[in-house]
Amino acid sequence: MGMTMTQKILAAHAGLPEVKAGQLIEADLDLVLGNDITSPVAIKEMEKLQQKAVFDKDKIALVMDHFIPNKDIKSAENCKCCRDFASAHEISNYFDVGQMGIEHALLPEKGLVVAGDAVIGADSHTCTYGALGAFSTGVGSTDMAAGMVTGKAWFKVPPALKFVLTGKPKKWVSGKDVILHIIGMIGVDGALYKSMEFTGDGVKNLSMDDRFTICNMAIEAGGKNGIFPVDERSIEYMKEHSKREFKIYEADEDAEYEAVYTIDLSALEPTVAFPHLPENTKTIGSFGEIQIDQAVIGSCTNGRLDDMRVAAEIMKGRKVAKNVRCIIIPATQEIYLQAMKEGLLEIFIQAGAIVSTPTCGPCLGGYMGILAAGERCISTTNRNFVGRMGHVDSEVYLASPAVAAASAVTGKISSPEELGL
Amino acid sequence: MKAQGTVFKYGDNVDTDVIIPARYLNITDGNELAKHCMEDIDKEFVSKVKPGDIIVANKNFGCGSSREHAPLVIKCAGVSCVIAETFARIFYRNAINIGLPIIECKEAAEAIQKGDQVAIDFDSGKITDLTTGQTFQGQAFPPFMQEIISAGGLIPYINKKNG
Repeated sequence: MGMTMTQKILAAHAGLPEVKAGQLIEADLDLVLGNDITSPVAIKEMEKLQQKAVFDKDKIALVMDHFIPNKDIKSAENCKCCRDFASAHEISNYFDVGQMGIEHALLPEKGLVVAGDAVIGADSHTCTYGALGAFSTGVGSTDMAAGMVTGKAWFKVPPALKFVLTGKPKKWVSGKDVILHIIGMIGVDGALYKSMEFTGDGVKNLSMDDRFTICNMAIEAGGKNGIFPVDERSIEYMKEHSKREFKIYEADEDAEYEAVYTIDLSALEPTVAFPHLPENTKTIGSFGEIQIDQAVIGSCTNGRLDDMRVAAEIMKGRKVAKNVRCIIIPATQEIYLQAMKEGLLEIFIQAGAIVSTPTCGPCLGGYMGILAAGERCISTTNRNFVGRMGHVDSEVYLASPAVAAASAVTGKISSPEELGL
Repeated sequence: MKAQGTVFKYGDNVDTDVIIPARYLNITDGNELAKHCMEDIDKEFVSKVKPGDIIVANKNFGCGSSREHAPLVIKCAGVSCVIAETFARIFYRNAINIGLPIIECKEAAEAIQKGDQVAIDFDSGKITDLTTGQTFQGQAFPPFMQEIISAGGLIPYINKKNG
C-alpha cells in the first residue's frame, strides 16, 4: 500500500522506508515554534529536564504575537521570560515588537518553513504551513519543551481524507469560503486525528494566501494537518522568501484515503459560520438580516496581503456604517508596509476603520476589540466559540475578508455584490 | 491506578476557550488558573468540584486552541479523570504529556449522568457507574503512551530515558 504525502514526510523524518496509519513514530523536527502564551509554560517545563541546552538555536522560533505590544503587566512578564530565554540560548529566530508578525503569517514570509519540513508549534494553527507542502501541526507547551531540547517529537501516523478541488472560484469567493464550506460539510471533528490532503486541478486557481487560509483552519475540522501539493506557485513563493532547500513529496497513486471528497470551487458561494461553531455554515443569501456591531479583518487566517487588498477594493470610497467599529490588522510588518505603499491603509482610514499593528488580540478575546454582552462581530478569524471574542453572550460570525469588509460598510452581514460590486 | 468521584457532565465540542478563557492566559500558574476552570460553560464548577471528581463529556472534548493551560486547569481543579467519546487531538496529547488521566469510551460518555458516582480502574480500563451499577470498558492506551503516563508525563519520561 502506498503512502499519503503526509505519511511520506513523516517516514523520511523518522528514518523509515515506510509508515502506516496508526503507527507510533519519533520524528526529527526542522522547526519548533512557540508564542508569548505557550512559550513561558514550555520554558518552565524545560527547566525540569536534565538536559538544558536547546537542540539547535537556528531551528527554534519564538514569536511574540498574542498579547503584544503587552496589554498588561502579566503579559509583559511572559514576554520578558521569552526574551531572556531567547537571549540566554542565542535563539536566532526570536521576533519581538518591530520585527514580529502573527506567527503563521510571519514564518513562511521569513522563509523559515519550506516544502518537506516537519514542524511542530505550540499553537493550534501551526497547520498553516501545509500550504507550502510541509508537515506541520499544533502541539502543547510540554511537547514544545521536549522538541526544543531533543529536536524530536512523537507522532501517531495519521490516516487521511482527500479533497479533490476542481474549477475556479467566482469573484468574491476565496480560500476562506473553501475551508468554511469543507468544515460545514464534515463538521468540527470530521477530520479528527487525520490529515486533510488537498489536490486536483483547482489547486492552481488558489493563491498562496488562499492555501495558507485553507490549511490554517484544518484544525477547526479536528485535523492533524492540512497539506497542498507543491506546484510552480509554491516553488516561486519559496524561492522568493527562503534560501533553504526544499524537498518535494508526492502522495503515491495507491495511497489510502478514508474518504475522498470532490469540491467544485466554481460552485462555492461566500460562506459564513454562525455562532458558536465553525461548522454552522450558511451561504450568503440563505439567511435574513443580521446587524453587526464590529468587523475584524486580520489574524493568522486572513491578515495577509490578498486579504488587505480585497478589503480595500470593497471599502475604497465607501464609509464604515454608523455604529460599526471596523478593526483591520495586517498580520506582519511586511504586509503592513506593503499595504501602506499600495495606499490600502489610507483607504481603510478614510473609510472610518482603524488599522492596528500586528497582533492576535481580538481573535482570542485578548484585547483590541473585545465584545460586550449582546454584541455581534463579523470576523475573518478562525473560531466563533462561546465567549471567544469577549462576553459569553456576544456572537462571532466567521467569514472572508470580502464579506467582512462589505458587512462593515452596510452594517449587516453582506456580500460585496450588495454594494453593486 | 484508580479514581473515584462525582460526575460533572457536558455535551459535544467542549472547547478550550470555555475550559479556560483566553482572557486568563496571561496567568501561567496552574492553581491560580484553576480558579477560572470551566467558567464560561459552568459558573458553578469551581465552587462545587472536589478532589477526585470526574468530568464526562461527549464528542471532541478539548477542541480548539493548543493551550496546555486547558488540561492543566482541569488537573489543578482536582479532577481525577476526563471520560469522553472522543478528544480533540492536541488536548489528548497535552493531557498525556502533563499526566491528566483521560479515557475514551462512547458507551460510558452516553450513559453516565451528572452527579453519578463513578469509579475507574486505569490498569484494566474498566469504568463503573456506582450510582446505576453499570460497567463500561474504556479504551486502553498503547504501551508507548502508558510508559509516558506511568513516568508522570513527557518531561519525567525523557529524563528517565536519558538515565
